[in-house]
Amino acid sequence: MTALPTQRLESWRYTDLRALNAMSFAEAPAASLPDGLPDIGVPRLVFVNGRFDEAASSALPFARNFAAVDEVSDLPLARINAEHAHDGVTLEIPDGVDAGVVLLVSYANGGALHPRHRVSLGAGAALTLLEVVKGDGVYWHNPVTDIVLAQGASLAHYRLQDESQEAFHLATIRATVAADAAYESFTAVMGAKLSRAEFHVELTGAKAHTHLNAAQLLGGSQHGDFTSVVRHKAPDCSSRQTVKSVLCDSARGVFQGRIEVERVAQKTDGYQMSQALLLSPTAEMDIKPELQIYADDVKCSHGATIGALDEEQVFYLRSRGIPEDTARSMLIRAFLTEALEPVTHEGAHALFEAAIETWWARK
Amino acid sequence: MLEIKNLSARIGDKEILRGVTLSVPDGEIHAIMGPNGAGKSTLSYVLSGRDGYEVTGGEAIYNGQDILALTPEARAAAGIFLAFQYPVELPGVGNANFMRTALNAVKRARGEAELDAVAFLKLARAALKKLSMQDDMLKRNVNVGFSGGEKKRNEVLQMALLQPGLAILDETDSGLDIDALKIVAEGVNALRSETFSALVITHYQRLLDYIVPDKVHVLAAGKIVRSGGPELALELEARGYAGLEAA
Ligand SMILES: Nc1ncnc2c1ncn2[C@@H]1O[C@H](COP(=O)(O)OP(=O)(O)OP(=O)(O)O)[C@@H](O)[C@H]1O
Ligand SMILES: [Mg+2]
Repeated sequence: MTALPTQRLESWRYTDLRALNAMSFAEAPAASLPDGLPDIGVPRLVFVNGRFDEAASSALPFARNFAAVDEVSDLPLARINAEHAHDGVTLEIPDGVDAGVVLLVSYANGGALHPRHRVSLGAGAALTLLEVVKGDGVYWHNPVTDIVLAQGASLAHYRLQDESQEAFHLATIRATVAADAAYESFTAVMGAKLSRAEFHVELTGAKAHTHLNAAQLLGGSQHGDFTSVVRHKAPDCSSRQTVKSVLCDSARGVFQGRIEVERVAQKTDGYQMSQALLLSPTAEMDIKPELQIYADDVKCSHGATIGALDEEQVFYLRSRGIPEDTARSMLIRAFLTEALEPVTHEGAHALFEAAIETWWARK
Repeated sequence: MLEIKNLSARIGDKEILRGVTLSVPDGEIHAIMGPNGAGKSTLSYVLSGRDGYEVTGGEAIYNGQDILALTPEARAAAGIFLAFQYPVELPGVGNANFMRTALNAVKRARGEAELDAVAFLKLARAALKKLSMQDDMLKRNVNVGFSGGEKKRNEVLQMALLQPGLAILDETDSGLDIDALKIVAEGVNALRSETFSALVITHYQRLLDYIVPDKVHVLAAGKIVRSGGPELALELEARGYAGLEAA
């Protein structure tokens, strides 16, 4: 049995899992999918408490049966996932096929869930995967998603993490991106008492590209951690990360972003920007950018800003008759715009817009 | 009708307005001139409700209502509009969305029907045309990358759409070329009616050739030190403010 990581590990310095360690989770109860979960008119795959719900799901020609997990990394959460995983989505898109849009809905209301999802796209294949994660009550969701993109493949991966406010959500997403392939991702974080989304993206072929964007919208005493490691292992690759955090009350946001550029990865274009809006004096943001560059002809930049809403802008809007709360929400929406750029699918975009609006109304 | 009586205000412990008294009857346009730092912008901000000013005395009544007690948005709904001396940039906020949200907020507060996107665009395009502005101004982010003159025109566009009862124009003429000045003046003149009044803050008599004021006031060191007809602006242009502070 692998132990949970502690803050003594450098990569876990800002996120404390002791609260999770103190809990014990019974077997996830059997439950059915509640009404009102998103449906944007595309094929969907539904997981309830970590189990595939066939009746609520669409039959997909490229879905495969779950196969046993062989975890080779030393990432503690991926190892724990491997020790328990017994279900997950497996999608294999053949060469040259555009598989359209798939909605993956996960709902939980108890227990510890360790789904292992696998997505592989053949050469030139394309897929848009929209993941929506919701729940009620106390549970621990520890999903691992492994993504393999062959040459010229393109995956748009959008995630809405809207777990129960009492839940723990620790997601690991790993992607290997071959030459000319693109992994475009956006994660919105609104739910969970404590969450982390940890991305490991390897650009293994020339001109591979990734976008790893996120918006963390947190309030109360929520803790949200967005951690990414991008490895440039081939020349002419590009990676872009825009992480925006909006923190209310005593919420705490974390962004750790590492860009590694290997010696062969000449002409790397790496960009990383983390911006946080603190809407309360007790909110906190921790940012740790890291660049490890072993090639000499690269363009890598990173930046970070932490600030409050500009009261001059708020007044300008109010002086035009716009109520204060609406004025603030407009400016927050504007602040998030850049992070949402990879979300080119209209239905997905609308879903995120609505989720942001709902978040603002309830915050 | 706007009635400002003995209005005093400060920022921190700095006294800026020291008893301003002024009334602008319906249908009239009054100009306010005065040296840099006199308190002209401060007066316009206090009237529109910006935070950070402490009103230490006096009152401002618009159409019988004490406006100093209202939020900025309630003042806008009551018909007050400030064209900013330095319009604020709003990155990420589209101009059309901004103006429609503002117009509909004001309409809602006034109990009028809101406009859908199509009806709004029609209205906005017509207003743009009158101000010789390009349609693509609506697609851009509010004031972001606008030239100085474009920002001022964008203020007048908002005014044309919101149809205020009281417009306060804070140096809307500065930074405008001669043609733009005429266009902006026409924009103000187009609103002239029995129920519209305006306070036009300017440093230059030239604007007042196009927007002919009913009265001209001189604000110096936080007080109105002289009032007169349009000829007062000509006199100031010739002689400057020397000697006025003491008056
Ligand atoms: N936030 C502030 N803190 C301190 N002093 C301020 C502040 N804002 C304005 N002032 C001061 O108040 C005085 C009046 O400023 P205001 O902007 O109202 O002048 P104005 O008449 O509009 O000048 P101008 O013609 O240059 O636009 C100035 O001395 C200015 O420095
Ligand atoms: Mg001024």
